[in-house]
Parts: sequence; structure tokens; C-alpha cells
Amino acid sequence: MANTAHAHRIHPLEGRIAGSAGVRITPAAPAARVSLRAGPSDVKALSKALGLDLPLAPKTTSGALPGRLAAWLGPDEWLIIDEGGDPLADLGKAKVLHSAVDVSHRNTAILLSGAGARATLEAGCPQNLTDAVFPVGAASRTVLGKIEVVIIRTGDEDYRVECWRSFSTYAFELLSVGARDCLA
Amino acid sequence: MLLIHCPYCQEERPELEFRNMGEAHIERPKNIADISDEAFEAFFFIRSNPKGVTHERWRHVHGCARFFNAVRDTVSDRFVATYKSGEPRLEVERGEDGELLVKGARS
Ligand SMILES: [Zn+2]
Repeated sequence: MANTAHAHRIHPLEGRIAGSAGVRITPAAPAARVSLRAGPSDVKALSKALGLDLPLAPKTTSGALPGRLAAWLGPDEWLIIDEGGDPLADLGKAKVLHSAVDVSHRNTAILLSGAGARATLEAGCPQNLTDAVFPVGAASRTVLGKIEVVIIRTGDEDYRVECWRSFSTYAFELLSVGARDCLA
Repeated sequence: MLLIHCPYCQEERPELEFRNMGEAHIERPKNIADISDEAFEAFFFIRSNPKGVTHERWRHVHGCARFFNAVRDTVSDRFVATYKSGEPRLEVERGEDGELLVKGARS
């Protein structure tokens, strides 16, 4: 009789929690993610397939989590995040030229919330994150310490940091250290 | 930190998001298999490396990931202007005050 092995997938930041008086740092729930590349003439059809308008302005998003969110990463590049549905399957219904790559298991995310969330991010991110240029709904690929991340501002005091799975412990530690000084 | 204007993101972003990609406006010969070794050397290896105004390719690698062109002064390290890939070479001139400006921008 054949033996059956059961693999149990463990979240890379399983069980972690960090923060300080001003900020709470937690791992985000699992989500499906798609790296989408397409030319301007095909955006309309892809938006229809996804059920949201792909953002066309730099540093903007459309949609919201939980549910589906699309972040502008470049003039022909988006990151789609979905906590319930299957964006890849939906994109498959669009019969226009595009590249959609499932990066669900490449990425994970860290959530920051609280009055010190922005200051915590600023400990490792050189980008200007002030309200005037990084309002709620803004998203940007940038750097955090020595890794590349995508930062999404989901609320007044809430940020989502998308990073590669293998870098997530580094990102989590860096943000934890940043949290200590966030209200100083 | 140096701030660089990305023509695709349409704003200034920290230099840590960018990478220099060498001299701009170097066109690959269309008959590359037919050219002489000397001509290939000139195309492939020889760069102008001027003191002063230089045209460079840059990449917003940790941002929108796009390549673009920049005019930079190698003496002051100032960026005069940046523009999208495919756009014509931007000509600049030095004013009486020594500052570099895009040609025609001064009025
Ligand atoms: Zn850019």
C-alpha cells in the first residue's frame, strides 16, 4: 500500500506579531497575486475581466482589500491582490494580449497600523510618504532597507508592505526595530 | 539624498530606487554581422565619458522599472533634465550664471 505524505503550508511569518505603543505589525492573510503586463489598448478589456478599472495614473490603486485590489507599478504593469477570488482565472477570460503571472507564493505582506505606522516605514524607506504625495489609496514599488517592496496605503494609519516571501523575515525584523522609535 | 525625476512616475524619487545604465543614444548597428572589428569595438566598448554634460540611460529599477534618459553634469552631479526613452536627445546650454538649462527653456 502506498504511503501518503501530507504537506502543510506554513505562512513565512506564521504567528509573528510585533510593534510598540504607536504601531501594530502583523502578517497579512494569504492572498492570490498576479503580476500583470499589458499595453494601453488592452487595459479596457482586462479591467472588464477583473471587474475593476486598472489604475492608469502613477502611484494609484483601484479596488480594496479584502476583495480585489490593483496597484499601478509602471506604465504597463500592475500588481493584482485578491484575498478571495482567482484573478488569474478571470484574466484568462480576456482575449487580448497580456502577460499574467501568478506570484501568489513569491510574495507575502506585512500590515502596519497605528499613529506610528508611517514613521515605522520611514525607518527603512527613503520615499516621501507624507499625506500630500502618498495619500490613502497610494501605492508604490520602492525599497525598504536592502529589499524591494510595494507599499500600499490602505487607510489613514494603515499600510500594507508587499515583499518577497524569502525576504519577509528581514522586512519584519527591520520594521519591528523601526517601531521602537516610531513615536520618538 | 539625491532626488531624481522619473518621467514615467512624473515626480522626484530617491536615488536608491534608480540605477545608472551607461551612456544614452547609442544605437546598435543594423548590419552588426558585417561591421569591422574596429567599428564593433567603437560601438560596444568605447564611451565618451566627458567632464561636464553627459547623456545617460537610467532605470527606475525599484520604482516603475522603466528605462529613461537623463542629462547630467558630471562635475556638479546635477541632473539637468530627464526624458522618456525614444524621445530625441535633449540639448542643453550653459547660461551666464554657469547653470545648465534645456536649450530654449530660458526666455
Ligand atoms: Zn518611475
